[in-house]
Amino acid sequence: MRRPFVSVEGIARRFPATRGAPPQTVFEDVWFGIQEGEFVCLIGHSGCGKTTILNILAGLDRDYEGAVVVGGREIDGPSLDRAVIFQSHALLPWLTAEANIAFAIRSRHPGWGRARVAEACRSWIDLVGLTGAASKRPAQLSGGMKQRVGIARALAVEPKILLMDEPFSALDALTRGTLQEEVNRIVAETKLTAFMITHDVDEAILLADRILLMTNGPQAKIAEVVVNTLPRPRTRHDVHHLPGYYDLRNHIIDFLVDRSRRLARTMPPEWNPRRVPEVRPALAA
Amino acid sequence: MRATRPFASLALSALILTVLVAFWQIASSSGASQTGPVDAEYAALVGAAAAAGGQSPFPSPAEVGTRMLEHLADPFYVRGTNDQGIGIQLAYSLGRVLAGYALAALLAIPLGFAIGMSPLMYGALNPFIQVLRPISPLAWMPLALYTIRDSGASSIFVIFICSIWPMLLNTAFGVASVRREWLNVARTLECGRLRTALHVILPAAAPTIMTGMRISIGIAWLVIVAAEMLVGGTGIGYFVWNQWNNLSLADIITAILVIGIVGMTLDQALAVATRAVAYQD
Repeated sequence: MRRPFVSVEGIARRFPATRGAPPQTVFEDVWFGIQEGEFVCLIGHSGCGKTTILNILAGLDRDYEGAVVVGGREIDGPSLDRAVIFQSHALLPWLTAEANIAFAIRSRHPGWGRARVAEACRSWIDLVGLTGAASKRPAQLSGGMKQRVGIARALAVEPKILLMDEPFSALDALTRGTLQEEVNRIVAETKLTAFMITHDVDEAILLADRILLMTNGPQAKIAEVVVNTLPRPRTRHDVHHLPGYYDLRNHIIDFLVDRSRRLARTMPPEWNPRRVPEVRPALAA
Repeated sequence: MRATRPFASLALSALILTVLVAFWQIASSSGASQTGPVDAEYAALVGAAAAAGGQSPFPSPAEVGTRMLEHLADPFYVRGTNDQGIGIQLAYSLGRVLAGYALAALLAIPLGFAIGMSPLMYGALNPFIQVLRPISPLAWMPLALYTIRDSGASSIFVIFICSIWPMLLNTAFGVASVRREWLNVARTLECGRLRTALHVILPAAAPTIMTGMRISIGIAWLVIVAAEMLVGGTGIGYFVWNQWNNLSLADIITAILVIGIVGMTLDQALAVATRAVAYQD
């Protein structure tokens, strides 16, 4: 079998025993792949190591077992090809929105002149709908606007992979919906490979091609891969009217409220971490 | 703090000043110097006050004011080594403070960066800092005079040694407490060490560093007066000591006021600079 574009191969995160505490395994035996242009979401409860997995993919966390192979090469630290949209947006507060984006552009194109960077900045600002707020500092922007800058900054390095760590969880429902649509549109237009961590089942169904379901920690594992067979393009207005939507949603919620805990203790004997079962609940309808 | 009415507080300030000056005027005019039979020749030799055996009277506000105007009218005169204008003396002091302070900043800020970025450096240098920091800067003076053999350079060294600590510690603290997420942004953007230091860590730590620099300039200005009293020659501290030897209290009071105003100006200049690098998170 050909290796997928992103191949996560048996990664585990363990903490050695300290005084009075036994050794801890947060997650182990995590295998999954992401095809080029695919949008994959990872859902699980807090404490199962979701953010750690994203940080490993980003190259920010190097304290793990196993390997992550991207485009045929094992990753070794962060790269401009893997952009991150942080949960807390992580904008540099002393720079304006425009300067935050320009900072990223100059990383990708150190040789560009001032005018060219400014021009590129403007096009990203227009793309994420920040026109008119370019010269404001993050403290003067609303939460949604800040995350728009965060999205523009991540896109501005022209990455191959977009990594998102619950990017909308700090936003109100209305803003979250708008930004989900924006991300959906941008990722479709740019054909980016995307990996997102989320708590939000509807968000995952709207955005993802496949949804990885993680059991509770410690010793969290990917129990199941849900294939989203709902047709694209999907929008927030019509996705819940699509046939099979509720089967998909119920399947994921059942997993989160019940099976994620049950499976954490004992996985079924036929479960193989290297070939996690794929389910297509939307097709059952 | 509630919103203040600037005119009201200004008026109150003026009132307090008037009351204080009035008290001063009354106190200095009532304590008239005692007059007795004085040998005219002796008085001509040692001065009337000394000949009378009493203290020279504390100058009244009017006398101090007159003296102050004289100083302000001609601040830069030079009539021999022991009689130079207050402006010249201030320039000497400011020159020493700025030289020692600039040297301290040149060393403290890069070293603070190193300490803040490396736990190894922090561990290695912390014992030295903890021992050296509480030493009164004037305690270094004899050692400085012995090794440098120049009183002017020695006072610059004393300013250097007293202003280095707040800058060093604040820089190290500011650099060490830069948010992890900002460093992660720099890492995902593949910023090199230098770009991260100049474009992420420096602006993030700048308000803390500036606070250290503001504390340092305050301490340096406190210490220069004492240092110059000790080494003599020139400077506002020496001026105060010289006028004490002349028993010219009006000159001393003038100098005290000038020292306060210059110190306030230095502090305000750094306050403006601190506001310029501040950011709202």
